[in-house]
Amino acid sequence: MPPMPSVPPMPPMPSVPLAPGTTREGGWQESSGPAGFSGPFATSGLIGSSVIRPDAVDKARGDFAFSSDLWAEGMLWGKVLRSPYPSARILSIDTARAQQMSGVMAVLTWADLPGDQVFGLEAKDQPVFAHDMVRYSGEPIAAVAATHPELARQAADAIVVDFEPGPPLVDPDEALSAPAIHEEGNVFRHIALRHGDIEAEGDVVVEGTYEVGMQDQAFMGPESGLAIPSSDGSVDLYISTQWLHVDRDQVAACLGLPPELVRLHLAGVGGAFGAREDITIQVQLCLLALRTRRPVKMVFSRAESFLGHVHRHPARMWYRHHARRDGTLVKVEARIVLDGGAYMSSSAAVIANATCFAAGPYRVPSAAVDGFAVRTNNPPCGAMRGFGAVQVCFAYESQMDRLADALQMDPIELRLKNAICPTDRLITGQVVGGTAPVAEVIRAAAEAPLPEPASGDLLELPGGAGRCAEYDKVVRGTGFAVGFKNLLYSEGFDDFSTARCRLDGDMATITCAAAEVGQGFVTLARQVATETLGVTKVRILSGDTNEIGSAGSTSASRQSWMSGGAVLEACKAVADRILSMAADTLQVRPETLRLSGGHVVSGDGIPLISLDDLTRGKPVEESVVFHHRPTDPLDSEGQGNAHVSFAFVAHKAVVDVDVELGLVRVVQLSTAQDVGKVLNPLQLLGQIEGGTLQGVGLAVMEELLVADGIVQNPSFTDYLIPTALDAPDIVVARLVEEPDPLAPFGAKGAGEMPAISSTPAVVSAIRDATGLALSRVPVRPQDIANG
Amino acid sequence: MSISLCSMATISGIARPVSLEGVLDVLDEDPATQVLAGGTDFMVEVNYGHRKPQSIVALSRVAGMRTWQVVEDHLVIGAGVTYSRLMKEQLAGLVPGLAQAARTVGSPQIRNAGTIGGNLGTASPAGDSLPILLALDALVNIRSKHSSRSLRVDEYVIGPKKHALQPGEIIVSVRIPLSDTSQEFLKVGTRNAMVISVAGLALVVDWRLGRVGCGLGSVGPTPIRASEAEAWLAGIIDWEERRIPDRDGYGQEFGRLVARAASPIDDHRSSAAYRSHALSVCGKRAYERICRQRRQVSPGIVDGA
Amino acid sequence: MDTSANKDRAVLPESTVRVDLRINGRNYVLPDIWIGENLLYVLRERLGLPGSKNACEQGECGSCSVLVDGVLVCACLVPAADASGREITTVEGLGRTLADPADSSGKHQEVQEEELTQQEEGVQELSGPAMIASSIPMPQLQDISVTDGMSFEGVLSRMHPVQQAFVMTGAIQCGFCTPGLVVAIADLLNHNPHPSSLQVREAISGNLCRCTGYGRIFAAVRRAEELLAGTA
Ligand SMILES: Cc1cc2nc3c(=O)[nH]c(=O)nc-3n(C[C@H](O)[C@H](O)[C@H](O)COP(=O)(O)OP(=O)(O)OC[C@H]3O[C@@H](n4cnc5c(N)ncnc54)[C@H](O)[C@@H]3O)c2cc1C
Ligand code: FES
Ligand code: FES
Repeated sequence: MPPMPSVPPMPPMPSVPLAPGTTREGGWQESSGPAGFSGPFATSGLIGSSVIRPDAVDKARGDFAFSSDLWAEGMLWGKVLRSPYPSARILSIDTARAQQMSGVMAVLTWADLPGDQVFGLEAKDQPVFAHDMVRYSGEPIAAVAATHPELARQAADAIVVDFEPGPPLVDPDEALSAPAIHEEGNVFRHIALRHGDIEAEGDVVVEGTYEVGMQDQAFMGPESGLAIPSSDGSVDLYISTQWLHVDRDQVAACLGLPPELVRLHLAGVGGAFGAREDITIQVQLCLLALRTRRPVKMVFSRAESFLGHVHRHPARMWYRHHARRDGTLVKVEARIVLDGGAYMSSSAAVIANATCFAAGPYRVPSAAVDGFAVRTNNPPCGAMRGFGAVQVCFAYESQMDRLADALQMDPIELRLKNAICPTDRLITGQVVGGTAPVAEVIRAAAEAPLPEPASGDLLELPGGAGRCAEYDKVVRGTGFAVGFKNLLYSEGFDDFSTARCRLDGDMATITCAAAEVGQGFVTLARQVATETLGVTKVRILSGDTNEIGSAGSTSASRQSWMSGGAVLEACKAVADRILSMAADTLQVRPETLRLSGGHVVSGDGIPLISLDDLTRGKPVEESVVFHHRPTDPLDSEGQGNAHVSFAFVAHKAVVDVDVELGLVRVVQLSTAQDVGKVLNPLQLLGQIEGGTLQGVGLAVMEELLVADGIVQNPSFTDYLIPTALDAPDIVVARLVEEPDPLAPFGAKGAGEMPAISSTPAVVSAIRDATGLALSRVPVRPQDIANG
Repeated sequence: MSISLCSMATISGIARPVSLEGVLDVLDEDPATQVLAGGTDFMVEVNYGHRKPQSIVALSRVAGMRTWQVVEDHLVIGAGVTYSRLMKEQLAGLVPGLAQAARTVGSPQIRNAGTIGGNLGTASPAGDSLPILLALDALVNIRSKHSSRSLRVDEYVIGPKKHALQPGEIIVSVRIPLSDTSQEFLKVGTRNAMVISVAGLALVVDWRLGRVGCGLGSVGPTPIRASEAEAWLAGIIDWEERRIPDRDGYGQEFGRLVARAASPIDDHRSSAAYRSHALSVCGKRAYERICRQRRQVSPGIVDGA
Repeated sequence: MDTSANKDRAVLPESTVRVDLRINGRNYVLPDIWIGENLLYVLRERLGLPGSKNACEQGECGSCSVLVDGVLVCACLVPAADASGREITTVEGLGRTLADPADSSGKHQEVQEEELTQQEEGVQELSGPAMIASSIPMPQLQDISVTDGMSFEGVLSRMHPVQQAFVMTGAIQCGFCTPGLVVAIADLLNHNPHPSSLQVREAISGNLCRCTGYGRIFAAVRRAEELLAGTA
């Protein structure tokens, strides 16, 4: 009998070993994934290894095409004219001079819009172009297209708008009672959450008021895109976004076109963090292209970017915690007011999160929380990493520290005592379910070793390059915080994802519209396809909006779960078909076969038929739509099974504070996170480090300052984000791998959690160093020095 | 590429002369021509539509403006010398306070392009070289095709981003007296790098001439000299022994006087109250650092310098 | 409100200049550009070299970092008109000239004069593969091995060690900051082959990254240091 051919070794997918101790320390369980995901597709091998991003080489070489890199023959440059006033009536718009300027090909206003005048994610309340009113400073009024960006700017400057400015409504508390500034009223949503015995009282009561300033996502790749019109009246838009299909629907409605005639393609996205959930330039670009019949490109300047997208909601929060003498929480009362700015965006969902998670990851039997999201003449606010969970985490963790103080109890012990468990109920009445390793993340982060004292180098002390610190005036502090957040969309929303898998020979093509914004979905999709189909040649395509259905938004820590799940199911469907084809040919039962190394192999790994033979020229293709478990809306008391799943996180912060000058250098953050399962250690580490630093930014420097409705610092000169000299060492103390029974691979989304507890941990550390109350973020030097 | 001068009354385009005379000729021909050095202020304005150049004269090829030299007991630094050059050993040894200030400017990319002449050209109250130039008693050397003059920094800067240059004039260099000095520069900002100053302070004690210089940045419409604080400090130093009294409360008092010289405002970068406070802390620390330096230097070396 | 479509499509703002640029060893002549155009715009929009990125155009982010006469600067703050005659290296040239010595000593020495008479046509004429990639606006999400038919190691070996290090250490997420950081770190290691951690932080403090928290970027610097020293 001739020897059986041996299986060709599968060329390894490029991956890297992690330096010892970087993430795999402690808590590393080799799980084979939850039931339902085992069998021939058991997640072992590639899932869980540090596979390298497929786009890394192009990005490193500068060859990756971001949305601002696009170029087309004969293209024009678009530019938007914005309102300088936060509140004004528009008496007239005179575009005559602009239109006559040489090189100017179109000047468009509301009157040119063929379809809906308004757009919005949750409610259509935001004008594409202001018509008779402007409600925030930065609101678009007109758009121009010209042959050169400088000419476009000059043309925009030449448009004469006659405004009648009025007093802006800028105080969110006043907005509750002030005359409406929009026909839809000033209150986007009020949730009056009532849970348990709201008359309950504790032995010890602590009260506090907290504020969170307006943070900006400040991604690096500015809003940009290229619209190319077709002679049939349709348009192709190449754009950086978080959700192609929801953009498409809004754009088509405003253009008055059927959705099929508006094809959106994902162009390279330079970060998102929530700011690309709402449309910004999409309608204007398409309209300019359709009107001029020329390709039109638009790239926001950094100033426009700060004015053009939504921000994290600033928050004012009043809290009262009741506890028994032994530290057991009895009741949490809170009033949360989020400033949603001029238009709704996703304010209703953000306030739902803030309200639902207002008590933190703790067992709280009774709660009375009033959450308001209101309309003002400030810049519109919407999604940003952490989505409502960030603001309240700062408040409830500050309260927990205060409570520990009042009880003279160790703050870690207090948190452990109240840590929520899967069988407990949240203040929404929902049983947590699934996995909730809260105590584990608290312990692991709390036990992380402390760093060495600072060296004497001035660069390493607060104030850094400014060399203003004095070594012996610097005080070290440590602080701690825990946080949590829901994964995926909530309140009855079905945020499904669609994926297609096609196997042709030994080449798999995955089509999924999930927006790759830097998080690494493309890596995961490739890992999944390789592992499920046993092939190494995998192409990941995002398709355009006509080629594939929606994958939902790249937000809410949902793409690994939802689109990862969709890709997995599509690949499994293809694998199933191939295995049954092979089983027919071989006259065996399909359960005895699996896919490996480009072959159908027997149970003990002996290759039987090559995929090439089976599918070359007769590709096998399957599409799936993946849903998560349905959820319910919240009832009138804020109760209901509104969320799919939750993830938990803790940070311990170490800071050096120059108390006299009020300057802070964040030295180290140790973190532990509930991740369900690690799919790619290196990418996970990147999410943790990046998210944590954004939380540090909010703690000590990041704030979009708005005075009388006008943004004061729309530039990287004055909106400060951390530099390499501000970045602390970020240590992953532990990744807790308790697979989520609902999730594909058991993996919980991991993108948002790092940004949640890092901020309160840093502030707690600053309090430790200074003894100050510090109830507002970002903590400014004057808050410490003059505090 | 250079442009012909004789045929045009109003120049359009860019001139890139290789000599100072070439630059002065261009400016003489059309004083509206805009002077371009490292471009780090100039181009931000162009990119954001706040500056619309019709014609430009670039200094990039004027080698003579990019050098420095010691002339008798003075150091002359060409206007085109970049911050990165100011930080290099030789120059840093001669004017350590200026090197310290240079290192606080922007980022490596900005320091590689930005020049001391450009910092003066912008004349921002937040310009980081200005407080130390003030404290060093530096002179700004100015030329036009037909004239030349020198101004002290406080004569040169006449308002927020306003300077005393006349049409056709250009800064060619700064002139700094060389002596036996102690120098300190401190800058407060809300980030550990790449940050515009919220308050800055430069202190120079000239042991040989018996002089104290103290310049302040970002705490008024222009860089400010803290004259009262200078006089007080000069009064308590033992110039004979070249000793600065390291006594409790002195640093505090110096800081208090420094802060009194300032007229800070509330803006989006900080508050007036914080700026005053930060200045007084910086004043105290600068004083204490100079005391410490003095203690560390053996008297023999100090006297022999 | 459309304006008439018969205006000159190549209209420029007032005051134009001619520029001769030498970029990554090649010569380019642009007879007519607006005087206010910065080098970054010219690279990206006129010459088909969009590798240098445009996150702020105010010198604050470093994503546009290039070398001009060997000095690290922000291309967004260099007037193109003042870059004539200077030697410019962009991220596109970094890998090609440094990682492939044969390439730099050979082809790049010979001067190729390319007269661009009309801007849009010029761009097209110059549109090598880089331009095609960006004019067909399709992010390259494909598998490396599929696109190049070359082994992963083969692809890596043709990149600058700093670029290799970025790929291997997970220093890239969205990648918008990457080209600028790669140029800045190549420049750092060129001047200081073994920087301390504080020196690294100071050297890249002008390159903002919003995604990574810098942790993997620091790791990439170490890896690049080893690759350059031959100890990796
Ligand atoms: C990101 C960033 C960070 C910065 N950080 C700092 C900082 O921390 N501290 C600080 O002080 N500055 C900072 N700046 C501002 C700037 O870098 C400095 O002011 C620099 O010194 C300007 O020099 P330049 O050579 O680039 O001047 P340019 O931009 O070329 O010119 C500036 C102005 O000076 C005029 N000018 C230039 N040279 C002369 C001359 N010889 N005679 C007459 N006029 C002249 C020009 O016409 C122009 O009006 C920063 C800028 C950026 C973009
Ligand atoms: S684009 Fe040049 S520094 Fe940001
Ligand atoms: S900004 Fe996205 S990777 Fe650095």
